[in-house]
Formats: sequence, C-alpha cells, structure tokens
Amino acid sequence: MNTKPFSILHLAALIAVLVLGSTGASADERYTPVTDATVKKECGACHMAFQPNMLPAKSWARIMDALADHFGEDASLDPATADDIKTYLVDNAADAGWWGGKFMRGLSDDAAPLRITETPYWLREHNKEVPASAWRDPRVKSKANCLACHRDADRGYYDDD
Amino acid sequence: MKRHERMSLKTVPLIVALACAALVPPSLAADPRQQIIAGYEATAKAAKPGFNGFSSERGEAFFRAAPGTGKPETPSCTTCHTADPRAAGKTRAGKAIAPMAVSIQADRYLDAAKVEKWYRRNCRSVLGRECTAIEKGDFLTFMINR
Repeated sequence: MNTKPFSILHLAALIAVLVLGSTGASADERYTPVTDATVKKECGACHMAFQPNMLPAKSWARIMDALADHFGEDASLDPATADDIKTYLVDNAADAGWWGGKFMRGLSDDAAPLRITETPYWLREHNKEVPASAWRDPRVKSKANCLACHRDADRGYYDDD
Repeated sequence: MKRHERMSLKTVPLIVALACAALVPPSLAADPRQQIIAGYEATAKAAKPGFNGFSSERGEAFFRAAPGTGKPETPSCTTCHTADPRAAGKTRAGKAIAPMAVSIQADRYLDAAKVEKWYRRNCRSVLGRECTAIEKGDFLTFMINR
C-alpha cells in the first residue's frame, strides 16, 4: 500500500480548479442540453425546449401544473406525459444540484418565476447588451425565441453574443 | 461489372415498392385521413340526425373566423397559422409551424391522437371550448382539399 497522503499540493490544485472554474463560468454560457426525448418533442412543439437549469424547481412545478393556461395558450397534455416532463425539469432545475446554478443568482430560495426572461440573471445578461430595437424585430417576435439570436441555443450554447 | 452492380442495388428498393403496391389492393390500403374523417362523421351523425356530410366551405369559414370567445392571445386560427393554409405559420414564441394544407405538407393529419391533441388545445385557446365533430370534420376537409 503506497497511498499518498492528502498534501498541500492537492489542496492548492483543488482551490485553483474551483476558483478558475467559477470565474470561467461567467464568461462561458453553456448549459446542459435537453436530452429527454419526450421533453424535446412536447416542449419543442411550440418553442425551443428550454434548458431546465434556467429556472428553479418550484418554477417548473408551477408551469407544469398549469398547462391549460400556458402563457395565454392551452398546452395541456395527458397526465402521464405531463408528469414525466415535470420530473425531468424539476430534477434538472437551476437549484437541483448542491451548487446553485447561475440562474439562481439574485433569486430568493422561495422565488418561483414563470419566465426565464424575468429572472435577475437573464435580465442582467440581456439588458446590458441587447438594444430595445432588437426585441421589436419581427424575426425575433418573442423573448422566448432564444434561437433568433443564439443559433445553437437548443444545444445549450449561448456564448455567441 | 462494378457499374452493373451499383445499378442493380439501386433498383432493389423500386422492385420492393412495386411488389408491395401490387400486393395491397387499393380498397384495403386505408387512408388514415379518411379513417379520422370517418370517426368524426360517426360522431356527427349521432349528434345531429340531419347531418349530410362535411363542408370544405364551412371549414374555411371556421378557419378564418375570430370567435372572440377564447384567450385574447389567440383570437383566430390564423393568428399563428396565417390566413394562407399553404404558408408556414409561426407560434407566439417565434417557432415555425409547418403549413396546414395537405397539398404542401403531405404528412399532415395521419395520426388520429395527434389530430385530437391539437384540436383539444387549439379549440380551447381560440374558441374557449372543445370543437364539435362537425367543426373538426369541416376543418380537416378544407385542409385536405387545400
């Protein structure tokens, strides 16, 4: 048995990874893409299937429990399908991990916003660089249309700004 | 030789297709769209004894109407599908919707469950209620003819 003890070097490396990793993350807008086929198909029928780590679990639960009036439209599903989707979204939500995701920044623990575009993080990221005229462009049409500007948004890549 | 082999490989799918077509008599090759229409027809007849078939004209009027009884965001079918069934539409979230007309979009209305799902959602959104079998049959007839 020749196991090396936990050295000061290991600790330094760990700290370096954590510090560099977290500062790098704010410039690196990548989100785990949706992999669930049902979520991709059902959510993606009307809009891009948004990455679940852009809203807290409470938000996804509120959204999935009110599909009969989904932002002004009936998006109802059979209960089994809705339940599967809700489980996926809640399990992968912004606050699902031990380390809160970027979209938890500025949100209180009990906050449950219904729109990604109303979270403090989204607003901060867009207000500083998107002019009001861009939102009026008919090709954009809606703030929910991430793909209008972020060409690979559905693959979780938002660094193209 | 090589050239000949490639050509024979290419013709295999064609032969298979022709063989399948020959095996299925036209009367048995049920059109899924006509099966969906037949389902609505049965319901329509049961609901209205004087029912005498679906109307493409009624379907068109229904498609273009703005009933004003649904959600304010979706006053009409044409809000998202545009006034031209042969054109692509756009959801309120900006995503493209394939054209509704079968002449342009050949894979439309082949899955009864899918048709029912979208009638349920969109009728509730636009009309504030579920559509009747007559409305559904008229609308489908219009889109199949268009």
